Amino acid sequence: MKKLLTTAIVLAIFYVSHAIAGGDDTETLVRQDWAFEGMTGTFDREDLQHGFQVYKEVCAACHGIKRIRFRELSSLGYNEDEIKAIAAGYEVKVGPDDMGEMYDRAARPSDAFPPPYANDKAARAANNGALPPDLSLISKARVGGADYLYSLLTGYGGEVPAGQEVSEGLYYNPWFPGHQIAMVPPLQEGIVTYSDGSSPSIAEMAKAVTTFLAWAAEPEMETRKQSGIEALIYLAVFSLLMYLVMRQVWSRVEK
Amino acid sequence: MTKATAPGKTITRRNFLTLTAGAVGAIGTAKLIWPFINSMNPSADVLAQSTTDVDLSPIAEGQGITVIWRGKPIFIRHRTKQEIAEAERTPMADLLDPQPDSDRVKKGKDQWLVLIGICTHLGCIPTGQAPNSNRGKYDGWYCPCHGSLYDTSGRVRRGPAPTNLVVPPYVFTDGSNIRIGVEEETTNV
Amino acid sequence: MSSKVTRISNWIDYRLPIISMMKHELNEYPTPKNLNYWWNFGSLAGIVLMVMIISGIFLAMHYDPNTKNAFDSVEHIMRDVNGGWFLRYLHMNGASMFFIVVYIHIFRGMYYGSYKYPRELLWILGVVILLLMMATAFMGYVLPWGQMSFWGATVITNLFSAFPFGDSIVEWLWGGYSVDNPTLNRFFALHYLFPFLIVGVVFLHLIALHQHGSNNPLGIDRKEPRDSIPFHPYYTVKDLFGLGIFAFIWAFFIFFAPNFFGEPDNYIEADPLVTPPHIVPEWYFLPFYAILRSIPHKVAGVLAMVGAIFVLFFLPWLDTCKVRSAKFRPIYKKLFWLFVVNCFVLGFVGAHSPDEVFYYLGGMSNQELGQITTILYFAFFIIAVPLLGMFEKTTPLPASISEPVNRGGDRRKKSRQEAAA
Repeated sequence: MKKLLTTAIVLAIFYVSHAIAGGDDTETLVRQDWAFEGMTGTFDREDLQHGFQVYKEVCAACHGIKRIRFRELSSLGYNEDEIKAIAAGYEVKVGPDDMGEMYDRAARPSDAFPPPYANDKAARAANNGALPPDLSLISKARVGGADYLYSLLTGYGGEVPAGQEVSEGLYYNPWFPGHQIAMVPPLQEGIVTYSDGSSPSIAEMAKAVTTFLAWAAEPEMETRKQSGIEALIYLAVFSLLMYLVMRQVWSRVEK
Repeated sequence: MTKATAPGKTITRRNFLTLTAGAVGAIGTAKLIWPFINSMNPSADVLAQSTTDVDLSPIAEGQGITVIWRGKPIFIRHRTKQEIAEAERTPMADLLDPQPDSDRVKKGKDQWLVLIGICTHLGCIPTGQAPNSNRGKYDGWYCPCHGSLYDTSGRVRRGPAPTNLVVPPYVFTDGSNIRIGVEEETTNV
Repeated sequence: MSSKVTRISNWIDYRLPIISMMKHELNEYPTPKNLNYWWNFGSLAGIVLMVMIISGIFLAMHYDPNTKNAFDSVEHIMRDVNGGWFLRYLHMNGASMFFIVVYIHIFRGMYYGSYKYPRELLWILGVVILLLMMATAFMGYVLPWGQMSFWGATVITNLFSAFPFGDSIVEWLWGGYSVDNPTLNRFFALHYLFPFLIVGVVFLHLIALHQHGSNNPLGIDRKEPRDSIPFHPYYTVKDLFGLGIFAFIWAFFIFFAPNFFGEPDNYIEADPLVTPPHIVPEWYFLPFYAILRSIPHKVAGVLAMVGAIFVLFFLPWLDTCKVRSAKFRPIYKKLFWLFVVNCFVLGFVGAHSPDEVFYYLGGMSNQELGQITTILYFAFFIIAVPLLGMFEKTTPLPASISEPVNRGGDRRKKSRQEAAA
């Protein structure tokens, strides 16, 4: 008992020290109840499709998702024909052909989303020297993950606090490191119309696109959690059985 | 085993428990091993990269080209009237792996022969594609590794190859374009 | 049927005695009967090592050690390879699990005096394994070629510049003028090699262990046959039970918090022109990193960090107390736990930026906290342990493992006797 207690204390110290270590600004983020959080969390299919639409119509102008292939959109609930149609709306550079020339052709499901700029230098040149990052992994690559993305997207327009400098061409955003961001406020009322004719609010768009980006970073999440539940149940049963076998075997040993 | 289980109740229970634990452990181990084995199977991106488009119009009659599909060479030959006739005339009895020529080409497009250019013996690539390369006795292909001969329909005429050159799944997307890797049914692209 | 198997195994064993050797070392091997659960961690470490090697080999089949492709190939594993995310998260979290198990194993050895006569070499081989593990883990962390990989590699390899001819050593390590493709290639080669070196040293560790057998919680030698029980089935089932619990924890991280031990920055591809604002090593290096940083002198800092591990080699001779187990060493026991807590504080210091100030510690800066805990770390080994060996009054040892007669005897046995009466 005493030993268990000590172990618990040691683990607690460890956890706390790690939590504090990773903490910094994240506790103040705008927290959301994400459907994909928790041990049984799954992505909301409607949010995913809406989020994809917001990405396509707003973010995609500057940000790529180069690690996502059109075929993976089946996870969003699209069927094969819909995916082919979506892919056909993009052009990818392939080749060389028999004349040695690169050429454009309509994208296929096996192709990745073509990036908005030919390379990083072109991207910087088009954006005042700032590089719009690829969004394929963004929710894993930022402290705070989905909550950070949501906070950032909804964090524009606040009053600039006294003493905060905001340079020419930059925008104030309390969630961005340094609080000045080169990204133009991306979400505006009425910028997107969903297929049911509704016009989402900024918060709704931010929630949808964040869900989409969380999926893009971790497309394996639903399978992972599903297998995880099975693995944990299995290991609990295995441990219990081994405990019983152990008790039985050890009953022969004189204390 | 039988000896040990015979006497007494406790021993039976003990064996039952041990056996159950052992079985559960074995199932778990098998479940754990599977992802390791499966990781060596073709990955999703490899499986998805499954089609190759070819424009047939530049291929002159009597000529052949080689394209790559799923990492394999694909022989495409624009057959002459004579070659087609030769393939159609051959009696089934003369073939090692009997198959009519009409089953190996698309209906109404029998000048186009599309084959996976890999000898069915041990995987070498037969000669006969380039204009002046050895086409063998049957005007088809000749495998330099072990001497197998194929005719103008890609059928094996002399061993050691056991079967005909394989016809890959392909469709005509229009009069002179084919897409290799797609079955007939899913032509709506 | 079974007689046929016996005949074949006898035939083999007569010529190559591996079967009787295994039977002797793993089956009949006499083990103290009073080992507690802290003794599970040795076999757990062995199992984790095997899982790491196997998962590593399968990952290597898909990984590409080229700066242009490394990051992409890891994402290829995560997104395209069948079960690839499982293999990678298993391996990634396995590194953390390995260190948790090994650190507990080391602390257990320190608590119960397992490094003392006649197990000094056993202990030293263990420290060698720890060093090899650290090198392996460090190089493995570079392979995904994320921002932390790159900058971790840069900072750690630059430690060597503190030594004479340092710049030449660092260039030699890099194979160039910065961490680049040659560095990644050699790190991959060595990351693949080192685990097999570890296996070799583990074998030596086991040979040394089996020479005198396991120590035990009482820290006294076995005196009579009934003090020992055969390893199988008693400790095989106990180890399997422990494995079940341990695998449960490991699986929890793999499936539900796979990036808990990781850094978000490592999901950004390495960029040699931008250093991330907070570079932190993996958690298992934090205490040593804290020692490095708390000393405001380059050479001294590096020496202190290296010394923090090398001091472990001398522990069997720093501790002159004949009593092994802390159970019978009241002062050592308290200092041991203080030492453990101190290691956690060092870890905390390592995770925070040096100029952070802690108001709940009376405005102490992280640097100062690091200096105090560094001094305490070394004071434990160099001052406290030798002094205790000389002056500590130990409590009486029991006569044997089977007859614990110290301090009112075994409570459970007493109550059993009472019940019988």
